[in-house]
Amino acid sequence: MITELGHFALILAFMVAIVQMIVPLIGAQKRWPGWMAVAEPAANVQFLLTGFAFAALMWAFITSDFSLRLVVLNSHSAKPMLYKISGTWGNHEGSMLLWVLIVTLFGAMAAWFGGSLPPGLRARVLSVQSAIAVAFFAFILFTSNPFLRMAVPPFDGQDLNPLLQDPGLAFHPPFLYLGYVGLSMSFSFAVAALIEGRVDAAWGRWVRPWTLAAWVFLTIGIALGSWWAYYELGWGGFWFWDPVENASFMPWLLAAALLHSAIVVEKREALKSWTILLAILAFGFSLIGTFIVRSGLLTSVHAFANDPERGVFILIILAVFTGGALTLFAARAQEMEAKGVFGIVSRESALLTNNILLAVSCFVVFFGTLWPIIAEMFFDRKLSVGPPFFNAAFTPFMVLLGLILPVGSMLPWKRGRLGRAAWSLRYAFVLSVALALLVWTMQTGQSVLGPTGLFLGAWVVSGAAMDLWSRTGRSGRLGRLMRLPRADWGKATAHAGLGITIFAVAGLTAWEQEDIRVVQFNEPFEVGEYTLTLKRVERVSGPNYISTMGFVRLEEDGHEIALLRPEKRDYPVARMPTTEAAIDYRLMRDVYVVIGDQQNNGGWTVRTYIKPFANWIWGGCIMMALGGFISLSDRRFRVAAGARKAPEGGVPAE
Amino acid sequence: MTRVLVLCAALVAFLFAPIAASAVEPDEVLDDPVLEQRARDLSQGLRCLVCRNESIDESNADLARDLRLLVRERLVAGDSDEDAIDFIVARYGEYVLLKPTVTGANWLLWAAGPIMLLIAAGVGFIYLRGRSRAAPTPEEKLSDSEVARLKEILDD
Repeated sequence: MITELGHFALILAFMVAIVQMIVPLIGAQKRWPGWMAVAEPAANVQFLLTGFAFAALMWAFITSDFSLRLVVLNSHSAKPMLYKISGTWGNHEGSMLLWVLIVTLFGAMAAWFGGSLPPGLRARVLSVQSAIAVAFFAFILFTSNPFLRMAVPPFDGQDLNPLLQDPGLAFHPPFLYLGYVGLSMSFSFAVAALIEGRVDAAWGRWVRPWTLAAWVFLTIGIALGSWWAYYELGWGGFWFWDPVENASFMPWLLAAALLHSAIVVEKREALKSWTILLAILAFGFSLIGTFIVRSGLLTSVHAFANDPERGVFILIILAVFTGGALTLFAARAQEMEAKGVFGIVSRESALLTNNILLAVSCFVVFFGTLWPIIAEMFFDRKLSVGPPFFNAAFTPFMVLLGLILPVGSMLPWKRGRLGRAAWSLRYAFVLSVALALLVWTMQTGQSVLGPTGLFLGAWVVSGAAMDLWSRTGRSGRLGRLMRLPRADWGKATAHAGLGITIFAVAGLTAWEQEDIRVVQFNEPFEVGEYTLTLKRVERVSGPNYISTMGFVRLEEDGHEIALLRPEKRDYPVARMPTTEAAIDYRLMRDVYVVIGDQQNNGGWTVRTYIKPFANWIWGGCIMMALGGFISLSDRRFRVAAGARKAPEGGVPAE
Repeated sequence: MTRVLVLCAALVAFLFAPIAASAVEPDEVLDDPVLEQRARDLSQGLRCLVCRNESIDESNADLARDLRLLVRERLVAGDSDEDAIDFIVARYGEYVLLKPTVTGANWLLWAAGPIMLLIAAGVGFIYLRGRSRAAPTPEEKLSDSEVARLKEILDD
């Protein structure tokens, strides 16, 4: 019954979305306030109905209702409750329902917080947002309906893919979707502005918090996925340049560019048409990501959702939205003339350089991801483009970005002098060079990767600190530091987070140690400065799996510092093994132990990795996200986004 | 979403290639550490043909193990790195290389980034020069309703 109600609510939400797409748009063109006002209640109703449909599906998972096809395919009665809940979105149909739920959530939020927007713009934004929802409602209802029943319900389900039964991955998709779909708000604002033919500083101010929120969620989502890969896949890799990873990374790069170019629109009324284009492209890349993942286009060997019908549907959505928006852009872009005048060396030009580097690096990732298809179609060559290519082609852009970031963020608006900005960073530069040299002399006969990464990281972090310091003026510095706008703190925190991540990636890659051997019980072996001993191996049964668990004692200088329990799990229902690495997390390094198979001589294969600064990668990501949140809480955004006070008696108070 | 689906794909891959081993096994490791290091470096650039986007160094499929052993065999036989790679490419095709060669149309792939950067930098510079020479536009007067709204914001 609840399932049918959920299904019905979804269909109703589809209807409401169609109304919300058409009526407010006509109202805005004709300036009929009644028609425009339809948008807000419609957005709320749409969100509530979709929320109900999603809750109904979740209920079916929680109660293990095996009359539902989706539940049979992705759940099992013995599965822990957390994964019954996360199983709701751990599959194609459910994840699309979550996607559309977030589309309607953002639409409703635009209705709640959009009180200060001009009525015409608000109606158009909500209408465009609803058009996106309509497309995805149709996609779900016509090709991927989660509410289909089984004719003959089985006694139990087929269980969720065991790799997905993990806390990190349980919350990875919702964050990623909040990011992907958050960019739909920037898109809706861009298209609404194109329809109105007006982009000004106010528009830049309205669109920034949405972009910033989307970027923050994307950062968290990508970091969670990367962290999960690190501890779950069994050798501690954290980024693979997989097409599906690239699909989430490209919108992140463009959202980062959009954040910065919207600042120029807001402060200086320049770069308008470029910002609009970026907003369209950023959401376009979210859609491309969905298409790549769902169509099986790039996974020709072993595709998951290799369903041409779904792929074609998403391709049509992609073509209609980005194609339509780009056509509108071509027709209207020249009407948006820049106002601000600024020199070749200025904050504006630094932000433009940031945008060039981010957009071109996104292009490199895009081209590399698609190249195997292009090569096969046009040149009849079947080839692979893997991590070595991306590392070589992408890294230089990040190095350049890191080099110019501190200088650029010190430059004044309108007109600046490079020498002056560089001079104010002299301490940061000396510190970074000194640190890099120190480390270079300490390490023996290794590459320059580590010291270079350290230099870059220290340069970005200390540059961010100098930037904050330089804003405090001459006297009473500490007091003023605390009273700086939160946007300044957010900026410094996020930039420092980027520096830390850059350093950590370089440090981990350069200084990682690895040891693979066959180990007998109670025979200690040394890896780096640590002594490890395999004490015993036991069979342990979990709720829905059987585990082979090793007990490894980790010693440093003769003291036991941890007892590590690496596991190999076997999930009998899903018929699939997983490895669970045991990790001793520390500030400066992780010790990462994986247990393999028993050998003929009775020993066990044990892999040990020492991974310096691994935590710093995600620490940096957390700082970037935190910086975004701090900026979001700045007063300017609250004023811009906050609900407008109703003018008393219809007359503005003088 | 992305991870979820990679994993589902990985699941299929696992079903096709039941786990026999996991990545580099102790019995594969060569006694000569220099040769072993070369073998590891080469393995990281070779694709596991039955997996999705994994190098043979990371993969635990049987075929990846065979390829790892083959690489080591060639190195022990005295091949240079290039010879060993050429040998494997001759057998399995260009698809096995994770880092595409700069031959034929592939130069387009390698040059795409730098070319795009040059174009973007050129366009950006022209834009900047235009902005620095443009005459400042006269400030627009605020409309009455905007003045009222501004006052409201400032009073907050």
